[in-house]
Amino acid sequence: MTPASRHQAAIARVKKGWQAFARNRLALTGLMLIALLAATALLAPWLATFDPTQGDLQTTRLLAPSGTHWLGTDDQGRDILSRLIWGSRITLLIVVLVAVLAAPLGLLVGTAAGFFGGWVDALLMRLTDIFLAFPRLILALALAAALGPGIENAVLAIALTAWPPYARLARAETLALRQADYIAAVKLAGASSSRILLRHIMPLALPSLIVRVTLDMAGIILTAAGLGFLGLGAQPPSPEWGAMIAGGRAFVLDQWWVAAGPGAAIFVVSLAFNLLGDGLRDVLDPKGSE
Amino acid sequence: MMLEVRNLRVSYPQRDGRVIEAVRGVSFSLGRERLGIVGESGSGKSQTGRAIMGLSAAGACIEAEALSFDGQDLLQMNEVARRRLRGSRLAMILQDPKYSLNPVARIGAQIVETLRTHRRVSTQEARQRMLASLREVGIEDAERVARLYPHEVSGGMGQRVMIAMMTICEPELLIADEPTSALDVTVQLQVLAVLDRLVRERGMGLVFVSHDLRLVASFCDRILIMYAGRVVETLDSGRLHEARHPYTRGLLDCLPRLDAPRHPLPTLQREEAWRHA
Amino acid sequence: MKLLRLLASLALTALGLLAVTFLIGRVVPTDPALAVAGDRATREQLIEVRRQLGLDRSLYVQFGRYVAGIARGDLGESLLTGNSVTTDIARVFPATLELATVGIVFGAGLGIPLGVWAAVRRGRWPDQLSRVLGLVGYSAPIFWLGLTALLLFYAKLGWVGGPGRINVGFLYSVEPRTGLMLVDTLLAGDAEAFMSAVSHIVLPGALLGYFSLAYISRMARSFMLKELSSEYVVAARAKGLPERRIVWGHALRNAAVPLLTVVALSYAGLLEGSVLTETVFAWPGLGQYITHALQSADMNAVLGGTLVVGAIFIGINMLSDVLYRLLDPRTK
Repeated sequence: MTPASRHQAAIARVKKGWQAFARNRLALTGLMLIALLAATALLAPWLATFDPTQGDLQTTRLLAPSGTHWLGTDDQGRDILSRLIWGSRITLLIVVLVAVLAAPLGLLVGTAAGFFGGWVDALLMRLTDIFLAFPRLILALALAAALGPGIENAVLAIALTAWPPYARLARAETLALRQADYIAAVKLAGASSSRILLRHIMPLALPSLIVRVTLDMAGIILTAAGLGFLGLGAQPPSPEWGAMIAGGRAFVLDQWWVAAGPGAAIFVVSLAFNLLGDGLRDVLDPKGSE
Repeated sequence: MMLEVRNLRVSYPQRDGRVIEAVRGVSFSLGRERLGIVGESGSGKSQTGRAIMGLSAAGACIEAEALSFDGQDLLQMNEVARRRLRGSRLAMILQDPKYSLNPVARIGAQIVETLRTHRRVSTQEARQRMLASLREVGIEDAERVARLYPHEVSGGMGQRVMIAMMTICEPELLIADEPTSALDVTVQLQVLAVLDRLVRERGMGLVFVSHDLRLVASFCDRILIMYAGRVVETLDSGRLHEARHPYTRGLLDCLPRLDAPRHPLPTLQREEAWRHA
Repeated sequence: MKLLRLLASLALTALGLLAVTFLIGRVVPTDPALAVAGDRATREQLIEVRRQLGLDRSLYVQFGRYVAGIARGDLGESLLTGNSVTTDIARVFPATLELATVGIVFGAGLGIPLGVWAAVRRGRWPDQLSRVLGLVGYSAPIFWLGLTALLLFYAKLGWVGGPGRINVGFLYSVEPRTGLMLVDTLLAGDAEAFMSAVSHIVLPGALLGYFSLAYISRMARSFMLKELSSEYVVAARAKGLPERRIVWGHALRNAAVPLLTVVALSYAGLLEGSVLTETVFAWPGLGQYITHALQSADMNAVLGGTLVVGAIFIGINMLSDVLYRLLDPRTK
């Protein structure tokens, strides 16, 4: 049946997209895992049975996994599972903040560069290239080192290294779209440049950007964990997963569980985002997949 | 009879259970003559040629009551034996040399490759034969062209290289899949002349697949008209005007004529019934 | 003409690189003069130190001096070691070079065949294997995998050497001629030392290599799938060529050009991976140098290291561009 309004057409599109997506079981698994992460983060106070920051050095130090402590305890006597649960908030926070900061910035820079062309393009792309010239972790390292430890600085550092590929992608999309007939039509109708950019070009560049950001999330999580491992990012006693692995490093030989828990958590969450991103790409941007 | 095809079916089973039937029961036999297969896109004409060569796309299901070359059953043959036929006794020319020649290998090397796959020859002799094959397709400056890469030659020359490459082992049967469709009209005639001479001089059987009815009629002895995977009519090319099937008549009707201009030019009206003729 | 434009573009990017590192250095919230003078310094002393460090001039002048210094090869002094950062980096760089090279040999040497195999056997288990390996490579934190590997293969199984480049016993007996332990031990003719070096590099090298393998094999698969569905492959089959020759001699030969770019970029990416790997394996390379400097807030060293890595990155990118142009006959 033909949709009666633009709204109906949009809803029908979303529904169809969802059906195509849901056929991919791995992608669905990824989505569920991320939903699980979000739920864990939200319900942390009720899910975690032990105190994540305070432990009893005398009685509960470095206990192996057991019925009471499912993932064991660390060198400060803290329950690892509870720390992981609370740490999920930090992970989620970092991912969301970086996405919220980097994606719009990249979108804006890329679409502006692609749309206006000329010296605007040259300038913005030069800027993008400069940031792309650094490997992400190293630049984030340098920035975080300069700004000082702390989670806000880590987020800022990662976001500043994450936006360039998005800008590149948005620019490529814009260049392809700029030639389209309906853009010419809108121009003829008298739309201003900013209107064309905002209402027409940006929404069309969005799907592939979303796919890219989702696929990137795993990398962002790994970079954040890397920063945490090196002592930047969230500071102790904050239960940041990367820092937990660093803490467990000294004990890895005899008390392997101290590092195993957080490591597995990072792996599972990154994997979930990768699966989700793959699934999204298959649905939204089929020419990118095989 | 060199080639015997009886009730050839080519189908592609899909993931969701459907089956796409590209060729639905094609039959013909071929001796040392020229057979043209004419049809529009999707008629199955290319698929027929590829199925005979054993070059159908992955996932294809090929069935036939008979599919034999020189008495040998092509379907029962194992892949090694089939491969030995390809390029040496059974050859195929593809449509666009821009895409069907290996972009990173020199032309001479690509031609020699066919030869050395099927014949034991010394490097020297291979080179001599390669140069001879280039001259035979009308490329006089063979030494220079042999050193070039495919993107450095024009479309017409590239197609001639393709012909040389596929006929250097002197095959008995040649399947030409739209050999001139990617070329300019003037170049088409040159390449066709080369093909004509080669087929005549070597006494090859030829299957000429095309969408151009008039071209095929001028080039071949017999014509098969295909529509929706089936042969709807078989004609001698000299008796085109006696065509009876409405699709063939429709095709003939659409051809513009210089001596009798018609306004408006008729278009083909397809009937559902033709799919089941 | 094109070369000139390339060089100009390169120079601009390099300048931008310097600007970024310079600005990062200025972002530091603590007053660098304090770091030098100590926190008991008087106001006059601080002003004097600031003048000595050139901090009293305008930002442009400071940047100009910074660039001039870089051009001279001066990256400043390390707070930690007291040496010039340039000397320090020159000392530690070969270790990272050696590690990254072993890594890429592993990654490309295994990754390319795996990708080809996955493409040829599309949908079957080699393809699934390559997909799984790829997924794990993109999802696992390298430092955690490294720790686990160290635990398993060194501590529990004793198959490989532990942290560090070579057994402590050999550390001072090998003359550092190239800085590459494998080469130096061979040059010295010391078989035992060589074996020790090998046993120490194999695990971190394989780890780094695994991560580049994940990327390279996926890209190789992708390129091969594209090539294998090309018309020239159909033509090659029509010629009667054996499938193996078509895969390796035709399809891979065509895929080789973009694949080489992928390998080059992956090599550059290993520099990034080495930062964390070196920390886990106590590998005395550039990565460990940067992280140690980081933890001591030795900004000169951090920025010097960042600059060097950035420069190498740009260099490899440019090199792979040039290689692409050279190798693809269509772009000649």
